[in-house]
Amino acid sequence: MNESAPEVHIDVRDLTMAFGPKVIQRDLNFPIYRGDIFVIMGGSGCGKSTLLKHMLGLLEPAAGDILYSGQSFTRASSAERDVMRRGWGITYQSGGLFSAMTLEQNVSLPLQLYTDYTATQIADVVDYKLSLVGLGGFQSYYPAEISGGMRKRAALARAIALDPQILFFDEPSAGLDPISSRLLDDLILELKESIGATVVMVTHELESIFAIATNSVYLDASSRTMIDYGDPRQLRDSSEQPVVRQFLARSAAAGEDMGSE
Amino acid sequence: MTEQVAGLELRRDDSARRSVLHLRGDWVQGVETPVFPELRALLNAAAPEELALDCSELGQWDSLLMAFLLQCHGHCRDQDIRFSDDGLPDNARRLLGIATSVPPQRREPDATTRWWQGIHPSALLRDVVDDLRLSMAFFGEVCLAIWALVRGRANTRFSDFRHFCYQAGPDAFAIISLTSILVGMILGYLGAVQLQQFGAGIYVADLVVIGLLREMGVLMTAIVMAGRTGAAYAAQLGTMQASEEIDAVRTMGVSPIEFLVTPRILALVVMMPLLTLYANLLGILGGGIVAGGMGISLLQYTSQASAAVTLTHIGVGMLKSVVFAVLIAIAGCRSGMQSGRDSAGVGEAATEAVVTALVYLIVADAAINILFQHLGL
Repeated sequence: MNESAPEVHIDVRDLTMAFGPKVIQRDLNFPIYRGDIFVIMGGSGCGKSTLLKHMLGLLEPAAGDILYSGQSFTRASSAERDVMRRGWGITYQSGGLFSAMTLEQNVSLPLQLYTDYTATQIADVVDYKLSLVGLGGFQSYYPAEISGGMRKRAALARAIALDPQILFFDEPSAGLDPISSRLLDDLILELKESIGATVVMVTHELESIFAIATNSVYLDASSRTMIDYGDPRQLRDSSEQPVVRQFLARSAAAGEDMGSE
Repeated sequence: MTEQVAGLELRRDDSARRSVLHLRGDWVQGVETPVFPELRALLNAAAPEELALDCSELGQWDSLLMAFLLQCHGHCRDQDIRFSDDGLPDNARRLLGIATSVPPQRREPDATTRWWQGIHPSALLRDVVDDLRLSMAFFGEVCLAIWALVRGRANTRFSDFRHFCYQAGPDAFAIISLTSILVGMILGYLGAVQLQQFGAGIYVADLVVIGLLREMGVLMTAIVMAGRTGAAYAAQLGTMQASEEIDAVRTMGVSPIEFLVTPRILALVVMMPLLTLYANLLGILGGGIVAGGMGISLLQYTSQASAAVTLTHIGVGMLKSVVFAVLIAIAGCRSGMQSGRDSAGVGEAATEAVVTALVYLIVADAAINILFQHLGL
């Protein structure tokens, strides 16, 4: 699916993130190409999830800009932002499913809001989206009635309801057993290839980084900036930063860095 | 232009019992697309053994086409028709592969409950009895926790108690001030209008004082606290339940009742009588304002009012305030501790806390009044 000349889909320029006087990360500069599976990595507390929240517009940058397909998101009005967000699918760390709604209602909500499908078409599409994540027939279940792994997949079904251009994941496999998290990785990969979306995810699950990521950025907690950028497999073998090599080579003794933000 | 219109056509292949489904046009949002029942009718008429696809004339497509194909696949599986996806575009075939890799879950139909079964007298009675039983069980646990506290063996932290005292006491001053002054004024007006017809306007002081001390002061304070503190307890504990904090407390070997519920109940029990006293004072002041407006001098009002104040009236009010405090705190904490583990559950818990607290309050108030009537107090 990748064209020979990769097209920049998301461009982070001179981004500085801060809470008041406390700077989290400064001078972040990196492009994300269309069709990439892009991983934001770094040790606990370095600001990975904060960066994701900035990209989603949940937090405002202290300086710098984020561009989607060349259009500035930071300077966009809230109406323009909503239009841009319509092309995104987002899954949150704990799913973010509405607990008072069944899975069917959860997945059909974006369809009802943003498409002119008829009720039957919505039901059909919901059935298809749930089947994609292996939850066909679970329409009438409430999020509380299914397991954690199923909730993650249901959240993914809601995220892809509108055939998004960009998929954001915050710790997709946190709290899942190795098999489920592997299946989720496969699912993300398959979906990305068939839908042709760009995937941005925050994770420190090395297994899944090496399995599916095509590009990555490493945020360093002590110097408060990005210290490396590139394909994680290449970074592991030949990064100039010992910290990054160390982080990625932990794979043999994985699991120590699993703590969440 | 005809190519742009989404459509389908089922052609029968003479060799073998094989049908080919031709899909054409754009299957995207905003375009009228065929729905599956159309195809089902055609398929039933043709009754093929194998269904193949031809997408050579297919234009753009999105999830609508995939939803259609998924239904098609499901139908073929149910009818034992062989479904061949060779004709599909590459990524559509992959998506269909993912979507059909896990067979859909069939939920055994729930024992369907109809709405009128919910109002069956025996079911209603059982609900009420269950609820009472749970309340009593909770009350029992609270008593045990307080007994443990009395013996000095409870995991109840004084700092928590102090914190909740502040929340239930000083934080509530503003709203209690407002409501009690207004209630005093309402009582004053109500009495003054009636009593002046008999030339007994001065007795408005008695009415306000006795009405507030025995009844309205404590009841209004209790209602405000049920909405303010009872609901807050339910929401706090419900959220702790949802985020597994209560599980954490329990697995630390600490009784959540001792650790979380006891300080809340005690704080309210200590604060409610104080708030009630404060409310009574302000209420009498409010009554005085009205009496002044009706031509009764401040001196007359105060002397008449101080004659009406007796220890019995104050005692009844204080007793009620303690009882109400226990009821509000228990209703709030119980709803919170037994809440569902999600946002909807927390909302229900807060509602339930206020509703049960109000029911408890009115019932207890009536019961105490009847009791004192018989005791002649």
